[in-house]
Amino acid sequence: MEYIANKEVIAKHIARIFKTGDVVNLGIGLPMMVEKYISPEVNIIFQSENGIMGLGPAPVIGKEDKDLTDSSGSPATICAGGCFFDSATSFGIIRGGHIDYTVLGVLEVDQDGNLANYKMPGKLVPGMGGAMDLTIGARIVIAATLHFQPSGESRLRSHCTLPLTANQQVNLIVTDLGVFEVRDGRFHLMECFAPYNPEWIIEHTDADVIVDENCRKSI
Amino acid sequence: MILKPVISADDAACRIKEGDILMVGGFMDCGAPHTIIMALKDKETKNLTLISNDTATHNFKSGKITGVGYLVQKKMFKTIITSHIGLNQEAQRQMNTGETAFDLIPQGTLAEQVRAGGAGLGGFLTPTGVGTEVAKGKQIIYAGQRPFLLELPIKADVAIIKAKKADKAGNLQYNGTARNFNPLMATAATLVIAEAEEIVEIGEINPNDVHTPSIFIDFLVRTEQLK
Repeated sequence: MEYIANKEVIAKHIARIFKTGDVVNLGIGLPMMVEKYISPEVNIIFQSENGIMGLGPAPVIGKEDKDLTDSSGSPATICAGGCFFDSATSFGIIRGGHIDYTVLGVLEVDQDGNLANYKMPGKLVPGMGGAMDLTIGARIVIAATLHFQPSGESRLRSHCTLPLTANQQVNLIVTDLGVFEVRDGRFHLMECFAPYNPEWIIEHTDADVIVDENCRKSI
Repeated sequence: MILKPVISADDAACRIKEGDILMVGGFMDCGAPHTIIMALKDKETKNLTLISNDTATHNFKSGKITGVGYLVQKKMFKTIITSHIGLNQEAQRQMNTGETAFDLIPQGTLAEQVRAGGAGLGGFLTPTGVGTEVAKGKQIIYAGQRPFLLELPIKADVAIIKAKKADKAGNLQYNGTARNFNPLMATAATLVIAEAEEIVEIGEINPNDVHTPSIFIDFLVRTEQLK
C-alpha cells in the first residue's frame, strides 16, 4: 500500500470531535487547519493563549488590526460576545481546567501519552510557548500529526526520545491513518481511515497498537 | 493626581543601563513598545537580560526583523528568558552557538512569575513542567497526591511596555490582544516606562476602564513607531 501524506484528513476528523459549547485551543500549524472543517451547526468557543476568548476567523485582506492577532502572531478577529485578557488570566484559564480540548502538533508521541514537540537539541529549538500549560490544563489533549516523519519513521513510538513537552497527558492522537486512544500504556486504534487497514497500520507503527473491538473504518 | 513626565524615546532608552534586567511587553510584535525598542537599538548598551514572551521575528531568508528581534540582532543580551524563539532564527543561532544564554520557560509559568514578582508573592506551585526538563533543579511539592513545581517570582530593573491610551497620571488602557504581558510587567520592575499611542488629560479615561493603575508607571513616551 502506498502512503500519501494527508493533513486535511487529520483536520477533518478532529473537527468532528467537538460539540456545541466546547472551549477549544488550537496550536500553531496543522492544528489551526481544524477550524475550517468545523460544521456550521456546531458552535464552539476558541480560546487563544495570547488573550482571546472567542477567536474568530482570519480577517479579509485590508481589514487586519495590528492589535488583534492569534497565538501565531497572525492577524485575527474576535467573535461577538468574545473578550480580551492578559497573559496571566489566559493561563489561569488554561491551567485551571477551563479548556475542554487542546490540539497540538507533534515531533514524537508515545504510548504512555508523552508528547515531544518543542525541542530537537542542537537543531530546532523553538521553545514550548504555551504548549506545556495547555497539555497540563486541557480536559482532553489531542495530538495532531502526519503518521510518518519525512524519513519514513513513525511519529507514534513506544518511547519518546526527544525532551518532553507533556508527561503522560495525551489522550488522543489523530494521524492521516487513523484515530488512536492512549490507554493502559498502549495505543488503541479506534478508527481506521481508508485505504489503510489495521494490519498495515500495526506493521508500520513503532509502538504497541491494539485494535479496539469497536474500531471503525471510515473514509 | 501627580503628572508623569512624558519623555522622548531616546531619553527612555538612555535609562536602560549596562547589565540591567529588562522586561519588554508584547506577544510577537503585537503590543510591543516599538518606539522605545527602536531607540534602544541605536544605543550601545550591552549585557542586558531580556524577559519577554518571545523574541519576535528574524527571518534570515526574507530579512524580516520585528520587535525585540532588533535588539537580539545587536547582541544586547547576555541572557534571554522567554517562552518561544521559533520565529527568530538569529535567537536560535545564538542559542545553538552558546553566544547568548537562554532560559526557555512555559508561557503560563513566565506570566505567573512576572505577576508574582509584582504582587509580592514568594512563588507559586504549578503542575506545568512536572516530568519534563523544566523541572530540573526545581523543588517538587505535593499538594494532596499531585506534584507541583515551586516557581519563583521574577522582577526587573526596567520594564518597557505599550498601551493604546494613557492619561497624564499614567493610567493605562490596552487594546485587543496588545494587552498580553504589558499589565503584568507594569507591576514587576523598579522603573516602568510606558509608551502610548494617545496621551490624554486626567479624567478622560473612565476609572472603570483603567487596566493598569497610574502608580505603577514612572514615565510616558509617545508612540511614534507602530511596528
